[in-house]
Amino acid sequence: MKTLININASSISDAVAAAQQALGNGQSIAFSGGGTDLLQQIKDGTDRSDVIINLRTVTDANQITSNGSGTAIGGLITLTDLSASDVSAVLAEAAASVGTPQIRNVATLSGNVTQRPWCWYYRNGFNCYKSGGNECFSVVGENQQHAIFGGGPSFIVHPSDIAPALVALNASFIVSGPAGERSLSAQEFFVLPSQNPLQENVLAPGELLSGVNIPSAPSNTVSTYHKIMDREAWTHAEVSVAAVLTLAGNRVEAASIVLGGVATIPWKLDAVESFLVGKELTEAVVREAGALAVANAQPLAKNGHKVPMTSAAVERTLMSLAAV
Amino acid sequence: MGDTKKPDKDGGTSTPRPLNPKQQSRRDFLEGAGATAVVTTAVPVLGISAANAQQADNAASVPTTSIRLTVNGVSHSVDVEDRWTLVEVLRDQLDLTGTKIGCDRSECGACTVLMNGAPVYSCSQLAVWADGAEITTVEGLAQNGQLSTLQQAFVDNNGPQCGFCTPGQLMTATALLNNTQSPDSDEVRSALVGNLCRCSNYNAIVEAVVSAGEKLGGVA
Repeated sequence: MKTLININASSISDAVAAAQQALGNGQSIAFSGGGTDLLQQIKDGTDRSDVIINLRTVTDANQITSNGSGTAIGGLITLTDLSASDVSAVLAEAAASVGTPQIRNVATLSGNVTQRPWCWYYRNGFNCYKSGGNECFSVVGENQQHAIFGGGPSFIVHPSDIAPALVALNASFIVSGPAGERSLSAQEFFVLPSQNPLQENVLAPGELLSGVNIPSAPSNTVSTYHKIMDREAWTHAEVSVAAVLTLAGNRVEAASIVLGGVATIPWKLDAVESFLVGKELTEAVVREAGALAVANAQPLAKNGHKVPMTSAAVERTLMSLAAV
Repeated sequence: MGDTKKPDKDGGTSTPRPLNPKQQSRRDFLEGAGATAVVTTAVPVLGISAANAQQADNAASVPTTSIRLTVNGVSHSVDVEDRWTLVEVLRDQLDLTGTKIGCDRSECGACTVLMNGAPVYSCSQLAVWADGAEITTVEGLAQNGQLSTLQQAFVDNNGPQCGFCTPGQLMTATALLNNTQSPDSDEVRSALVGNLCRCSNYNAIVEAVVSAGEKLGGVA
């Protein structure tokens, strides 16, 4: 591996200060939670950081704390701990669906949400939008795994399982940096390639996602995460659905449905949500919701299979939440 | 630190190995034998060793950190380059070559060790991140020359074919058996999804772990 300097941070503010100092010295930095994917990118040369700010030594950002208005989750909680937590089924199930036990034992919420895309062009060193170039090789290339929503000029899919769950839970994203802390909505945090093709979120150099806040939900709220993969384990979603419903019997009072694996950012299905409100979760309604989910899909040449797959995933997810 | 200790074969301690991973071993001997045939080619048989040679050459100029690892119950103080992975330190500094490097990118699981009791990919941890951790490798499973129940079950069920994935399989399964009494085959499969066997001997491996769990769980 290339030469690296490791700096152990003791707190989020310490990490931010260390990052500022390194950036001031003209060094490129990477924050490392679990570091699994970061090391892979450094070995591959797709990440050229000089300094790694190690966050495993940070002790003030891995807790789950509840208060009157909701739940705060430290960004450095491991996915193993998150999968065993009782904050919300959709979040625990999303965490459990990531990678393998070995990865989840070190991987963090923040690292999963802010990991770089897994597009095979980007990961194999093509000079694409995501690595600072001005071309997306998937457009006329091998685009089986690419976006059917939110594409252009880059057509990556957002790789996170945790992110759709957080967006479905209406979480706010706490960004820590040299200017202190700011709290952003999902809409403010995630960035479409049309806004900035280089990044998937607004984090500037030296900033990190230090935690999330999840607002309280009514007690009759149910949720789940449904992930379809092209093999049974250790891969990203072909399509995933994070669904949070408030149900009175079988009648939908509120709905939050977010797709993973098919869009450049976690893809919130506003039209499906408003369609569902006030309706009973019958098979006919669910089927209509599935069709509505892909009404605006724009498949590329080789990823058309994701359209019916998305419909089916939405239908199955909703039916699994319907009262029996 | 001046109190660096390294276990001998007899369980005692010896002086630490310097920041030069290349000392005589079976591996080095084989590489040396190859180099005499092609003198101009210093590139060793394994890519890993090429990296080590480069690290040794650059040792004076690259960032290093003193860390403390407890490996299989033995405490070690080691000076490591910041860029070294945990598996490189285990194999090249501590001579614990039971832990294998397969893909070197978190995909195959051959490098699995227990860190503070939990299975992790040692190819994807910088050694400096493991400072202060308790590490268990496959060398730590047998006690007093007796294979662990799980290891014996691998023997009895023909768990290993080529054997390269076996140390990683054993470590992940050890963690499972430490936390789950008598896991069924579904639980074993779920726990072992991060360990590939390219001989595809999965059925025998799952049977071995299930049978070890039954033995450890005791007969009701």
